[in-house]
Order: sequence, then C-alpha cells, then structure tokens
Amino acid sequence: MSDGVKPTSGRARFAASGARAATLGALGRQPTSHVLRDRIFVGLLFTAVSIALLGLALILIDAFLEGQGKLSTNLITGSNSSDADKAGFEQAIFGTLYLIGFVILMVVPLGIGAALYLEEYANKERWWNRLIDLNIQNLAAVPAIIYGILGLAFIVRGPLDLGFILFAGSMTLALLVLPTVIIASREAIRAVPPSIREGSLALGATQWQTIRRQVLPAAVPGILTGIILAISRAVGEAAPLLLLGAATFVTFNPEPFADAGWTALPVQIFQYAARPQEEVRELAAAGIILMLAVLLLMNSFAIWLRNRYEQRW
Amino acid sequence: MESGALAASGGPSTGRLEAASPRYGERAIRGLLAFCAVLSVITTTAIAVSLLGPASGFFEVVAPGDFFLKKEWAPAQDLFGVLPLVAGTVNVVLWGMLFAIPIGLGAAIYLSEYAPRRVRKTVKPILEILAGIPTVAIGFFGVSFVTPLLQDVWPGEFLGGPPGFFNALAAGICIGLMIVPIISSLSEDAMSSVPDGLREGAYALGATRMRVATRVVFPAALSGIVASIVLAISRAVGETMIVLLVAGNTPNFTINPVENVQAMTAYIGVTATGDIATGTTEYDTVFAVGALLFVITFFMNITSIRLVRRYRELYE
Repeated sequence: MSDGVKPTSGRARFAASGARAATLGALGRQPTSHVLRDRIFVGLLFTAVSIALLGLALILIDAFLEGQGKLSTNLITGSNSSDADKAGFEQAIFGTLYLIGFVILMVVPLGIGAALYLEEYANKERWWNRLIDLNIQNLAAVPAIIYGILGLAFIVRGPLDLGFILFAGSMTLALLVLPTVIIASREAIRAVPPSIREGSLALGATQWQTIRRQVLPAAVPGILTGIILAISRAVGEAAPLLLLGAATFVTFNPEPFADAGWTALPVQIFQYAARPQEEVRELAAAGIILMLAVLLLMNSFAIWLRNRYEQRW
Repeated sequence: MESGALAASGGPSTGRLEAASPRYGERAIRGLLAFCAVLSVITTTAIAVSLLGPASGFFEVVAPGDFFLKKEWAPAQDLFGVLPLVAGTVNVVLWGMLFAIPIGLGAAIYLSEYAPRRVRKTVKPILEILAGIPTVAIGFFGVSFVTPLLQDVWPGEFLGGPPGFFNALAAGICIGLMIVPIISSLSEDAMSSVPDGLREGAYALGATRMRVATRVVFPAALSGIVASIVLAISRAVGETMIVLLVAGNTPNFTINPVENVQAMTAYIGVTATGDIATGTTEYDTVFAVGALLFVITFFMNITSIRLVRRYRELYE
C-alpha cells in the first residue's frame, strides 16, 4: 500500500504518513462482526473440504480393514468357489485383462482418430461438426447402464448378434470410454501451438505429414494420460457388464470369443458384496483392495507421465 | 497464399499453387479420421434405436398414461406404473444432492478463493481420485460402513424407524460422495476463470473475503456452478451399482430416507440379468425404463453443456 508513492522531501513524507495514519484509523479495519462472520465462513468451507477428504479416506480404510484377512496369493490364484476360504478372483482377473486388452485396441485408434479429425480437419463453423462435438460431450455423460442396454440390443443380439461373449463386453466398454478419450486427446492436440503446424506446412509438408511428425509426437503425453484415465474407468465399471452376461458363475478362465460364460473383477466383487455372509463380504473387500491398488498404480503412472513429458511452449 | 506472388517469383506459370500429385492418401486419411468422429453419432443413433424399438413395442401393450401416472410397479402382475421407480431415483438423488451440493460448493469456494496455491494443487487432484473410485467400491462402503453408522446414530422414533439394511439415505450419502468431486472441480474451474479485476474492485470498496466470494465471485461464476450441479444430478440419476447394493430392490412410492427403494437403474440392472424371456412385455420394460432414463439425463446433459459454454464465452 505504501510503495505506490515515494515522497522525496521530509515534509511530504511526513504529510503522507499522517494522511495514511488517518485513513487506516478510520477505514483500515473491518467491523468486528464482519471479521467474525468471515472466520466462521472459512471454518465452514474448511469443514466441507475435510468431509470430502475424510470420505475418501474412510472408503479406503474401510475396504482395507474388512478385507485384510483375505489378502493372500489365494486371492489371485483362487477360483470362483462357494467355499469362501478357497475362493479367489482368478477367472475375474483374467476376464478383466481380456476386456481391457480389447478396449485398448479399439479405443486408441478410434479415439485419437476422432480427436485429430475434430481438431485438425473439421471446420468448426459447420453445423455437422458442431453436432459431433455436442454429441460427444453428451455421450460422455450418458449413464453406463444405458450403454449396457445398447450392448445387449445391438452387439449381443440385433445387428451384430455376437451372443453373450466377453468380446461384446469389450466393445460396449470401448464405446463407453471413447468420449472420454476423445475429449482428453482433443485437449492435448489443442495445446500444441499453431506455429508448429505453420512451420511444418511452410516447409512443404502435407497436412498428414504435419500431424504425423509434428502434432502427434508433441501431444502424445497428454493423449496417453487421457487414455490411462479412461482405461481405469473401464476397469472399475460393472453396470453395463451385468446386462451382457458377465453375471454367470464361472469356474474356468474365460475365452474372449466363446459363448460359455465369463466374468470380470468389478462384477465378481459386486456379487460377493451383495451376499449376506460375512466371509463372502470379506472376500469382496479384498477384491476391492486389489482393484483399487491396480487403479492407484495406473493413476500414479498417468500423473508421472504428465509431469515427466509435459511440454511448455 | 496469393497466386500472383508465385507468378512474380518466376514459379510455374499455371497461376495456381497446387500439389505436385493429387494426394489420394491424404484424402483417404481424412476420410478415415472423419469416420472415427462420425462413429460417435452412430453410437448415439444406435442407443436411440435400441431403446426406442422395444420401448414402442412396450407402449403398444401398455398405455402411456398407465406407465407415467400409476403408482404400482409389478411387471410380473401386469402392473406397469413407473412412478415408484422414479420416486426411488428421486429419493436417493435428493439426499445425495443435499449432501453433495454444500460440500462440493464449500470445497470449490475454499479452493478457489482461500486456499494457498500449494494446497489447491494437492487437494484438487486428491478429490478427483474420489471421482475415479469404482462405484462398486463406494457401494460396498455404503453397505459395510454408512448403513451400520446410520443405524447406530439414528436419533429415534420422530424421524421414523431406524434405516433398514437397504435404505435410500445411505445410498444418497454414497452417491453424494461420488459426485462431490464433479461439483467441486467444475465449480472451481468456473470461479477461477472469473477475472481478478472483479475481485480487486470489490476489495477496493472495502469488502471482506467472504463478501467477495459470495457477492462477487459466486454470482459471476453462477452459470458454471449450475452446470456442474446439473451434470452431477445427471450422474447421480444414472448411477447403478451404488443403488443396487445400498438402496435395495423394492419398488416403493416414497421419499422417506429410511425405506428400501428401487431406483430406475437398479430395476434395469436386476431385471436384465434375470431369466426373463426376450420378447415379453416384462422384458420390454427394461427398454421403456431405459428410454425414460436416457431422456431425463439427455436434457440435463445438454443444459449443462450449454451453461458451460456460456461462462466460457464470457470469461475466456
């Protein structure tokens, strides 16, 4: 406050400090009631943040306390069994690995392709391109169970008629997370400054050469981060799979294209969690610990990737 | 680039700057990429077709008036009034929003207006982890922690009996936890994009931080805040696993928080996994309820997207 004006002479300095003292004395302090209200308000805000963080901590602690008794290698190698002492998640883990593998194969080219089209080629003035944009934003918020209905009506039955196979679940999950991948990839592509493209085009590169050699390499860290976050959503998503045949009691490792029943980690956890027996519920909690550990690893990797390769232009 | 410039510099005298070859590859790539983008439109169309086909078959058998207005839902006994399922969803979402809106907005205001930079940079990503936790895990938390806690601390008779093993309130709290990061993160974005000039103006007039936050920043960011809340409601309405595990599976026309209710998503989840023969009216209920759910969330999503665009146009 006092640095704005620097009086040179002693008299001016004296006059200025006198004026400042008078101003501060009359106006410088807020009324006590205002200060008090401000304090209470901050207290309330701080409580809100604390409750949210406490909720997160409780979810993790509760799963750990309930499930720690079941944490053993049996959890990974044990089969789906009615005997809670021997039961584990082997089939479910294999199911989830297959599901996610196919999801990655589908989502990476389709997601990046759509993002490239919308950012690099599409004329944003045209109504159809704006429709695609709006449509993708809406699809990102369509309930997961609606995708389950889509998978049931279009992929399991209907036009594609694949039957209740694991691959149908993969296709459905891919459609579910595709909008997330597209939105994240678009942001990463948009962050590459236009001057990079202009430089490349000015040297005679075609548009695709520019994208392939300049834009994509610069945007890859951001795109990868988005893909990892989308995949971690697919790992934990159970609702659509319930409709696609993942609910069956499976005691052998699933095959992606066989119509013989399959399951996935979150679905198995759901089935264990919904049973009343305490033993089985512990198993569900142990499965949750397993799933959260995998997700935490994936998220940390995404954050590391973003920090390590993030480019400042 | 002007053709004149090229002619003057002694280039080829065709007068136009053209590629040396027709570049069919470039066009093919463009087409391929455009197809990837159009796939999203195909997805939406497929959703609409897969819902509307069976749903229209359903409405040939069941009068729409019965579906939307009657209060009994028991497809096995040919009672097709959807209101109990809608009430189940409203019951859960209402308690969820009562929990999530104050906490989410409080967190957003704290992070945007009060928190030091370093606190914001750590707390915001931690809150976003909450959004990434699978809802099965949150549902399990509801069954094993929230419901027993509510039963222990329930004040007594005047609020109705203690919550049962399945109850709407615990499901609401769990859904609230799930959507807090949506509200806090998007609202914080909106508040941070309010220009500092507005804040400085208010401070210069002698306002306290609380006044600046509530009378200047909050109204200026209102469209973004409302957008975050609408999006959060849409997410809450569409959530399946939490309501399936925590709220129960009894169609119940009530907004009493202690009761066992069945939300629309829970009905779809339970019925489609069961052994109901395809082509029956009972099977088609899945698609009719699904269509209703899709329409509700669709309008909320569009509203939210529009509101976000409005504040972006204003401040960015």
